[in-house]
Amino acid sequence: MKVQVNGEELVIEKPVNIKEFLVLAKAEQPEYVTVQKNDAFVERSKFEETFVEEGDTIEFLYFMGGGSR
Amino acid sequence: MVILTREQYDSIVTHAKKHTPLEACGLIGGKLDGDVKTVGKVYLLTNTDASAEHFSMDPNEQFAAVKDMRARGIGLLGNFHSHPATPSRPSEEDKRLAYDTRASYLILSLAGEEPVLNSFRIDRDKNVTKEELRILD
Repeated sequence: MKVQVNGEELVIEKPVNIKEFLVLAKAEQPEYVTVQKNDAFVERSKFEETFVEEGDTIEFLYFMGGGSR
Repeated sequence: MVILTREQYDSIVTHAKKHTPLEACGLIGGKLDGDVKTVGKVYLLTNTDASAEHFSMDPNEQFAAVKDMRARGIGLLGNFHSHPATPSRPSEEDKRLAYDTRASYLILSLAGEEPVLNSFRIDRDKNVTKEELRILD
């Protein structure tokens, strides 16, 4: 199965959920990423029930925030 | 090392001053050659916290910026945010919320008479390393 992740092709053996997919995609700290599947946001609470399948486009990026104090 | 043009630097300062006393933020995209990060474009983003002491980047704008970088053939190099009233160094919250060890974290202080911009790397153990920042005239 071929999917696009952050603009690059990744081959996976079978459909996996987003949580599993982030590990396959080598997200450094997957607990802190925001995910889009086919241009739609995936809520963190839905990571385990949302599956990545053939032809899907996945984007993930790290939460970026901070503070001055 | 991070290399910015004077125009890119000015755009960060202008964005930060425009939003002061709130914190301002954005992303930097460009080319990575070894340890040298040459900025190709600065993306001025919305601080969804609208706070003088905190910032969170708008995820919609983050994704749009990253997709634009890809279309331009450049990559995400890091991000910037302003400290309207504190020095240009990562706060405890900055360190705690720094999840990307490959990113450069640029912090612009507006606390003094002149803006001060520094760039930092933050590892998984939250150790901070200041990296060279060059502004090309």
